[in-house]
Amino acid sequence: MSKERIKISDDLYDIMPSDYQDLVKSATYGKEDRGWKDIGNSKELIEQHSLCAGCPESMAFRYILASLPNPEDTVMVGSTGCTSLVFPMVAVHNIHSLFGNQNAIASGLKRALSVRFPGRTKDVVVLAGDGATVDIGLDMTLQAWFRQEKFTTICFDNELYANTGGQESGLMQKGFVAKMAPVGKLFDKVRLPEIARESGCHYVVQCTVSKPSLVEKVVRNAVMISREIGPTYLQLYTPCILEIGKNSMEGLQEMRDSEKPTERFAYKEYMSEPAKQLLAEIAAKDKEKKAAAKQLASQGA
Amino acid sequence: MTQYRVLPGPEHFLPPSAASMGIRLPNPGEAHINGVIVPEEKAYEEAAKQFLMAKVPTLFPGPLVLWAWNEKAAKKATAIRHLYNTLKECVQPGQTPMLIPMPDYRPKYPKINPEVEINPNHPNLTIWHNKIDCCMFIGVHCHQANLSLKIIRGGTSCYTIAMCAQAGHEDAMLSFRDASVEKIMRLADAVKRLKGTVQPRLTSAKSGASN
Repeated sequence: MSKERIKISDDLYDIMPSDYQDLVKSATYGKEDRGWKDIGNSKELIEQHSLCAGCPESMAFRYILASLPNPEDTVMVGSTGCTSLVFPMVAVHNIHSLFGNQNAIASGLKRALSVRFPGRTKDVVVLAGDGATVDIGLDMTLQAWFRQEKFTTICFDNELYANTGGQESGLMQKGFVAKMAPVGKLFDKVRLPEIARESGCHYVVQCTVSKPSLVEKVVRNAVMISREIGPTYLQLYTPCILEIGKNSMEGLQEMRDSEKPTERFAYKEYMSEPAKQLLAEIAAKDKEKKAAAKQLASQGA
Repeated sequence: MTQYRVLPGPEHFLPPSAASMGIRLPNPGEAHINGVIVPEEKAYEEAAKQFLMAKVPTLFPGPLVLWAWNEKAAKKATAIRHLYNTLKECVQPGQTPMLIPMPDYRPKYPKINPEVEINPNHPNLTIWHNKIDCCMFIGVHCHQANLSLKIIRGGTSCYTIAMCAQAGHEDAMLSFRDASVEKIMRLADAVKRLKGTVQPRLTSAKSGASN
């Protein structure tokens, strides 16, 4: 895996738009320790987005794309919703599925990729909103987990159907009144992280995207575990500032308020035994690598 | 045999696919002009004529040649640059050959910058903006080329040529098949040969951008 494969033909280099030249020159394809700290120092894999100003989803997108361990060999599967406005600007292969169908598409895709490229690591990451994951696509979401399909499912949880003006969703909190749900929600927020754990996911995290380092860690963990062991699930709170009556600058504070230990987006993590073992092995290897590099540096000095 | 002909548009908002109107693809060694199967040699002449008549003859290289994913792709890129240079040498003052890339197929809406790129999902924007009246697709995956060619025929009066590496395109006004470095060079030779023999349509330049 490296960006050696991503090369522009010499004779047509000068006519390529500058964003493609930049992607080849300074994007972090192939960089082993890529992460959110590359943002600002390298070409990001998202050129721009058409989301609302200050939308936390745009932050989440940037952190996730900066954290994928293997972007040149990753295919993302999206679904209908705000996320589908962003994927056209993303420099990672992606497929737009029918609303709710994303985990079924990803299942077939992952299997096909492993047949087509047997010697190469190909990651599949589903990224969809809460409507697609929990309401319309719940069947496909759960069935993929039951079948132990080896890909990561990321849900951008904004607790309603934001793209269509604010209808009630399964992940909406009880009692919340939305623009197009004036009665207020009568039922509890669906406890999808627990359902994911019981359905066979080996790594489940619920958190907000207020801390880029945390997003990087959970995305990497989820992808590595799904690559080797089985399905993983991340539920990230990306509040729709418009639908909850906040201003552009208030998204970050909303996430910070909601992730306090007593709040509904308090950090939650479930991990299977094999997943714990794998992460421990990866950590040990990283430690060894760092020690070797340190030794090499000291010898050089 | 069908009476339908694949002609410069604007045909209408949703033109029928030429295949559904009975246009068929050429066999090896053949090409089609307006949907009529002809010997390949005739198509080189006609394509060269169309380029030399156009106010803004344009090449649209796609991802299959823009990216050096194998040696053949890089060689085709060199041949395309040669064809473009030949066009520049052979046109008359007032004609402006262009080389505009289609780097990938992301919709990128509404970011597309029609001055520097073309997108298969709204190719008409680039055609209109640059007042392109004759273009050639090369190195574009067939399904994306079909989409683009149909949109161009639907919304513009641009003459479309396809240099296809597979079996050709019914929706282009002129289509080659089995594109190779040699075929691109032969087209460049035809342009050179016809230099000075064709009168450019400089007065009708604006119609190329018809919407």
